[in-house]
Amino acid sequence: MKPAPFIRHVPSTIAEAVAMLAEVAPQDGRILAGGQSLVPIMAFRLAKPAHLVDINEIAGLEKVTCDGRTLFIRACARHAAFHRPVVDNPLGALLATVAKHIAHYPIRLRGTFCGSLAHADPASEWCLVAATLDATIMAKSIRGERLIAANEFFAGIMSTALREDELLVETRLPLLARDARFGFNEFSRRAGDFAMSAALVVYRLHDGKITEARVGVGGAEANPRRLAEAEAVLEGQTPAAPLFRAAAEAAAAAIDPLEDHQIDAEYRRDLVRAVVRRALESSVRVTHPC
Amino acid sequence: MTAYTKGSGATWVGRSIRRLEDPALVTGRGRFTGDLAAAHWVRFVRSPVASGRIGSIKAPPGAWIVTAGDLAGVKPIRPMLHKFAYRPVAQPILAEGVVRFVGEPLAAVIAASREEAEDVADQVIADISATAAVIDCRAALETTAPPIHAQAPGNVVVEGIVKTPGFDDAWNGAYQVVALETRSRRQNATPLEPRAGHAAFDATTGRVTLTCATQMPHLTRTAIADILGMPENQLRVIAPDVGGGFGQKMSLAPEYVLLVWLARRHKSSFAWTEDRRENLIAAFHARDQYISLQGAFDAHAKIIALKADIVTNVGAYSCYPTTCGVEPLMAMAELPGPYDVRHYECRARGVLTNTCTMAPYRGVSRPVITFALERLMDKAAKRFDLDPVEIRRRNLIDAFPYRTATGLEYDQASYRQTLEMAATLVDLPAFRARQKQARAQNRHLGVGFAAFCERTGYGSPAFAARGMDITPGWETAVVSVDPSGFVEARVGTSPHGQGLRTTLAQIIADEIGVSPDKVSIVHGDTDRAPYGWGTFASRSLVIGGGATLAAARKVRAKLVRIASHMLEAAPEDILLGDGEARVAGTDRSLPIAVLAREAYTQTHRFKGEIDPGLAEQGTYDPPGTFSNACHAAVVEVDIETGRVKLERFIVAEDAGRLINPMIADGQVHGGVAQGIGNALFEEIVYDETGNILTSTLADYLPPTAREIPPIELQHLETASPNSLTQAKGLGEGGAIGAPAAVINALNDALAPFGVEINEMPATPQRIRALLRNAGVPS
Ligand SMILES: Cc1cc2nc3c(=O)[nH]c(=O)nc-3n(C[C@H](O)[C@H](O)[C@H](O)COP(=O)(O)OP(=O)(O)OC[C@H]3O[C@@H](n4cnc5c(N)ncnc54)[C@H](O)[C@@H]3O)c2cc1C
Repeated sequence: MKPAPFIRHVPSTIAEAVAMLAEVAPQDGRILAGGQSLVPIMAFRLAKPAHLVDINEIAGLEKVTCDGRTLFIRACARHAAFHRPVVDNPLGALLATVAKHIAHYPIRLRGTFCGSLAHADPASEWCLVAATLDATIMAKSIRGERLIAANEFFAGIMSTALREDELLVETRLPLLARDARFGFNEFSRRAGDFAMSAALVVYRLHDGKITEARVGVGGAEANPRRLAEAEAVLEGQTPAAPLFRAAAEAAAAAIDPLEDHQIDAEYRRDLVRAVVRRALESSVRVTHPC
Repeated sequence: MTAYTKGSGATWVGRSIRRLEDPALVTGRGRFTGDLAAAHWVRFVRSPVASGRIGSIKAPPGAWIVTAGDLAGVKPIRPMLHKFAYRPVAQPILAEGVVRFVGEPLAAVIAASREEAEDVADQVIADISATAAVIDCRAALETTAPPIHAQAPGNVVVEGIVKTPGFDDAWNGAYQVVALETRSRRQNATPLEPRAGHAAFDATTGRVTLTCATQMPHLTRTAIADILGMPENQLRVIAPDVGGGFGQKMSLAPEYVLLVWLARRHKSSFAWTEDRRENLIAAFHARDQYISLQGAFDAHAKIIALKADIVTNVGAYSCYPTTCGVEPLMAMAELPGPYDVRHYECRARGVLTNTCTMAPYRGVSRPVITFALERLMDKAAKRFDLDPVEIRRRNLIDAFPYRTATGLEYDQASYRQTLEMAATLVDLPAFRARQKQARAQNRHLGVGFAAFCERTGYGSPAFAARGMDITPGWETAVVSVDPSGFVEARVGTSPHGQGLRTTLAQIIADEIGVSPDKVSIVHGDTDRAPYGWGTFASRSLVIGGGATLAAARKVRAKLVRIASHMLEAAPEDILLGDGEARVAGTDRSLPIAVLAREAYTQTHRFKGEIDPGLAEQGTYDPPGTFSNACHAAVVEVDIETGRVKLERFIVAEDAGRLINPMIADGQVHGGVAQGIGNALFEEIVYDETGNILTSTLADYLPPTAREIPPIELQHLETASPNSLTQAKGLGEGGAIGAPAAVINALNDALAPFGVEINEMPATPQRIRALLRNAGVPS
């Protein structure tokens, strides 16, 4: 469990970083952010990058900022930055709720939001947030900059639309409506483990009826995504236990369940049903401080 | 009061003084094997296939590699049992010709650092042609199953059979027969520190020192000397601080043999530290068992006979020194547990498969047999419409000594009392009311009990009864007082976290009349400690403690004689305590340090009546003593996801006299945590080809502090005539009772759905599958 030899490069600007990345990418050169996914895989020698471009020394890259409409999460913002609401908007409370489910405290102090997206573990909470809230991802290389929509970003288990020479510079999340409600629920074997299924729901109430419903499910398929079938069940309806059950049922039916030696398709559907319903139930129970 | 003051009148024994070993350990000053520098680092290349023929093993140019072909004259590991149809199988130090499990050492590569060794190992190409592998032990019993070892066709390598006289009549007279099939999945003991070894050649003496994370330094020396054909005095084995073992470090690691071979041959130092993946795939597994159990009951729910068929998966080889008989034979001998069962029939088999070798793990078979037997009691209770406490009340042994159907003698104990204590803490009527209310709100609570007794601190006759070639059992201690009055005990037991440094010092302190911080304990070094067997089988405090007490008593007697001489008083009038010898009823006294100095420097004054010096040896080889406990768990089951949450965990236990109650509590806590892991979380999974799917701690799931509830613990202290210190063993008990209590509680919670789970671990997916099949929606 010692990594294969590698060379670590430490750029001090984004321009330097992408230049270095362009140079080393053909030899499996990679970005090193918090290292909380990459370093273990290197220790297991599942990855043997010959070069690492360590972005931790780039000034200003750990920032989370807001322009009143969008939250900008730069590449080195740690999970722990979200322990308390980063913005006076339901989005701040949502991110704080979700952050506590990621791994353990020491890991949250190092691991990054953007690194989670780049790594694209199917069970990553931040990937679920990005998918559910339709995040925009900004990627940069020596060839230029581009914006990628979340639903085009995730491309299978641990794979994304990022090209090998691209640095994920920031993730942009739209602020939520002031009256938005949300609920989150996940199931894992032990505290801090990756989710075996997780659900994030967001909606507004108009005259007591649900509008702008978003139902995102993670850890159940190769990538997290919004489930239109479940959203359709909710749209225009009054929040109530039977409605939530119906939406959860629609979600469980809609997924194409990931299977492994621990979890068969039926169990995965059971979990999706449970987490979606519980996320919806928690959305009415909790009043979120903004 | 500081940790070291005694207070007035009390003995040191019985007090929760702080552990003397901890200041170093918690400030990073512990000394572990992996801390030692070495000229060479070793990395083992391990088999990627479960069964196959080795064609060639190719290393990159310039690499230093050792394979079986280099080890001419090195014997295999081949432990022996002389009973129970045991068929010896041999494990080569490095795989020879064939491989038998994923993770088996194929070759060793050697480089200047750990990292470089791993780089080289990465480039070694082993050409192995895979052959059919057998993973499940029931599959290995089938006539078509390929033999894992050619000399053991049929794959059964050990088989015990018992049937008490009159069994059939008793069985036929039963009012009710309750039957049960249980499955215990495979586990790994996962000590915090994985295995590690460091062998260094000493050019001055020509000797090799092997420092390693072992529970049995002396036997490691004996075994390696035998295998390499070297005199034992050429090898020194040191067990420095060892970060847990739980049995995994009591069996001989072939890796250590290779390190000593390298150090001797190349006159240098060689180190190996196992990584977690190696530990999970290759450092011994445990508890992969099937038990079919039937109980015959009379009309009053009194058990009259037990019938068991036990099949244990012993993996690819037989562990040294216990042999692979350790699980099946212990299961057979101890299955009837704390209950009065006069008639017993059992067949227990150890079966070879293409999986990692089985070795003892905390409790060995007892967590599994207790789980089977306690499930049976709960099933029977339901059949007779009794509550779980009442059926146990009717069946627990209540008169001692008691001779079991398999011929074991149970000493004084408190089976009934601990049951009642646990029942009182649970408050069953109140719980049932709460359970009913909760069910009405679709919340599912359950309570489960597990009563058991545990054979601990057993001496050499018990091992001889198993027919072991090597019969551990006794222990020796040498207690000495140096001329400055400091006490040193050199002991053959070898603690690795149990706190013996403290508890042995407490025992000695009371005898010699000094405080425990003036007592140092020397262990884990074959050059300094007397030959001993190490720490396993809940034996160290009973046997090592007994030997220490015996030696300390002799030292005390000698101190009294010296004091009597110097203080000119009758020996009966000498009192030792608080660091001095006093003449009763007077103010005449002398510090013990003065007596000690006299024993070395003024011996002419004793006029030949007292031998010079102040060092005495004690040896102890007891018959064994049974500790007992009743565990109770209260759980809540989330029927939609299958998650089991522990609400309460209760232990009422009796391990005789508690030398240090805090340390006793710590032993129980750790054991219960592992037991909860066994019940709900931990499972080594192989796929059908013998590939291991749980080779990281992301897949093999020991519980964390968040999964363990506060443990409510009460002790009784029944004195045993079978223990010199009156202490019984308790190192394993926590792990023995917890799985059964948790699974019984889970089944109690599931009762309304008409489903039953008799498999460990009871994972959420297994629970949910049962519920789904019973039509319970998620
Ligand atoms: C024990 C444990 C438990 C965990 N549990 C969870 C959990 O419950 N939920 C969860 O979501 N995560 C969990 N994680 C993973 C953790 O959240 C990681 O921090 C995260 O997945 C990756 O972020 P990082 O900054 O550490 O990325 P790194 O490990 O540095 O990198 C991961 C990958 O992304 C690439 N990368 C990183 N940043 C960029 C970038 N800006 N541009 C381009 N490529 C980039 C790297 O090259 C690498 O391939 C756990 C980790 C551990 C060790």
